Amino acid sequence: MMNTDLFNSEPALLKCLAIQRRVLHALLMREVITRFGRDNLGVLWLIGEPMIFTLGVATLWSAAGLAHGSAIPIVAFAVTGYSSVLMWRNAASRCSMAIEQNKNLLFHRNVQVVDVLLTRIVLEIGGATGSFIVLSLFFIFIGWMPMPVDLLQVLFGWVMLAWFGASLALLIGGGTAFSPIVERLWHPTAYLLFPMSGAAFMVEWLPVKLQQVVLLLPMVHGVEILREGYFGNVVLTHYDVGYMAACCLMLSLGGLYVVREAGRRVEF
Amino acid sequence: MLSLENVSKVYSTRQGPRTVLDNVSFQLGRGRNLGILGRNGAGKSTLIRLISGAERPTAGRIRRGMRVSWPLAFGGAFQTHLTGLDNLKFVCRVYGVDYKPLVAFVEEFTELGIYLREPVLHYSNGMMTRLAFALSMAIEFDCFLIDEAMVVGDVRFHERCHVELFHKRKDRAFILVTHEAHVIKLYCENACVLHEGRLLPFPSVDAAYDFYQATMAERPEEVEL
Repeated sequence: MMNTDLFNSEPALLKCLAIQRRVLHALLMREVITRFGRDNLGVLWLIGEPMIFTLGVATLWSAAGLAHGSAIPIVAFAVTGYSSVLMWRNAASRCSMAIEQNKNLLFHRNVQVVDVLLTRIVLEIGGATGSFIVLSLFFIFIGWMPMPVDLLQVLFGWVMLAWFGASLALLIGGGTAFSPIVERLWHPTAYLLFPMSGAAFMVEWLPVKLQQVVLLLPMVHGVEILREGYFGNVVLTHYDVGYMAACCLMLSLGGLYVVREAGRRVEF
Repeated sequence: MLSLENVSKVYSTRQGPRTVLDNVSFQLGRGRNLGILGRNGAGKSTLIRLISGAERPTAGRIRRGMRVSWPLAFGGAFQTHLTGLDNLKFVCRVYGVDYKPLVAFVEEFTELGIYLREPVLHYSNGMMTRLAFALSMAIEFDCFLIDEAMVVGDVRFHERCHVELFHKRKDRAFILVTHEAHVIKLYCENACVLHEGRLLPFPSVDAAYDFYQATMAERPEEVEL
């Protein structure tokens, strides 16, 4: 999806990558200053905003005793759970209608619709990741959260959630360029998916019938991987890496296809 | 060389598909220029958007063998919460140019003073256009796209634009679209008329001018307010 001005010849891959990197950098800077400004905390809000959300949810869940009877400390349960929600929900929500809002940027010919979406995906996933790291470190430091048992597996779960979030965001971002109905449907869908996403429960806690249903949702697998990595074998987990990867792959391909088509039908 | 090969653009409307551009073809060599006359709604801006690459043609091909600008003085891509300087930095990053040597020129040309470092939000239309024009000049292009209706300003601004574009950059190619026939006579070596979706070529600027005036007389353009 890249263009250069070079005499009709297809530009070399390296040149393409350089342009892509340049454009993404420009868009990232633009987006950060636009969203967070230069006053007060500025770019720190990128991490601060999801942190406040997560802290609020952790407080509510602690008060409600959500993980009651389980071996997991409630704060750790809330931080791992809600951070996972941020991973798949925020990028898609930010990408919804993003093409329409930024189409004037397409007058700069090296800026393509996929760049606009990638910028928002990088920012949202970066913010959610930063928030997860800062909160975990803080709660580990004050002793409310244990150290992760298997850091590599935590990382793996996180990457899988990021992949899912990114591919979903491409699909939603591209989809809204086709029809505003996609945006109208996305918001209630995201709202309804939240309680089913595995953030507020472990699959093990559910009746077997229900387990089969929620395990159709790819992000549930991601949260289970993440929590198994974080808490080790004090929790019983249910997940299928292959299933989640297959879903993400399909979403990615579908998303990229929709985004390319969306780029072709941008109208002023 | 910039070339358009059988470029068409069809928009879907409530009344069904509407062909705005119908099989438009032309070529423009380096350093050459072309004026395109068309009345309001003839498809001039659509053509400019297609050439700039912001929009894709429904059919046909556009080959850009030289660096083609965004429409001159186009300010639509400004992020209004950013300052004028931020917008300069943004454009420079996109095109891979160092912004620092350009600040002096932008300051001098825009005459924005302290406002260069204020959000574009607080600019007047005139300030916005001056900034947009300065940014168009800050990046090096081989071919400028000029939608005459976009470059609005007072006499002084027009004179300064004239110097930047037609004197300092007289070696560059440009495409100028306008509904003002005399502008074409002033600046262009070749001219076409965009009429009912078709781009009609003429052997001389005068011939294009006469044809345009004749069609205008047939169906006078609505008076602009």
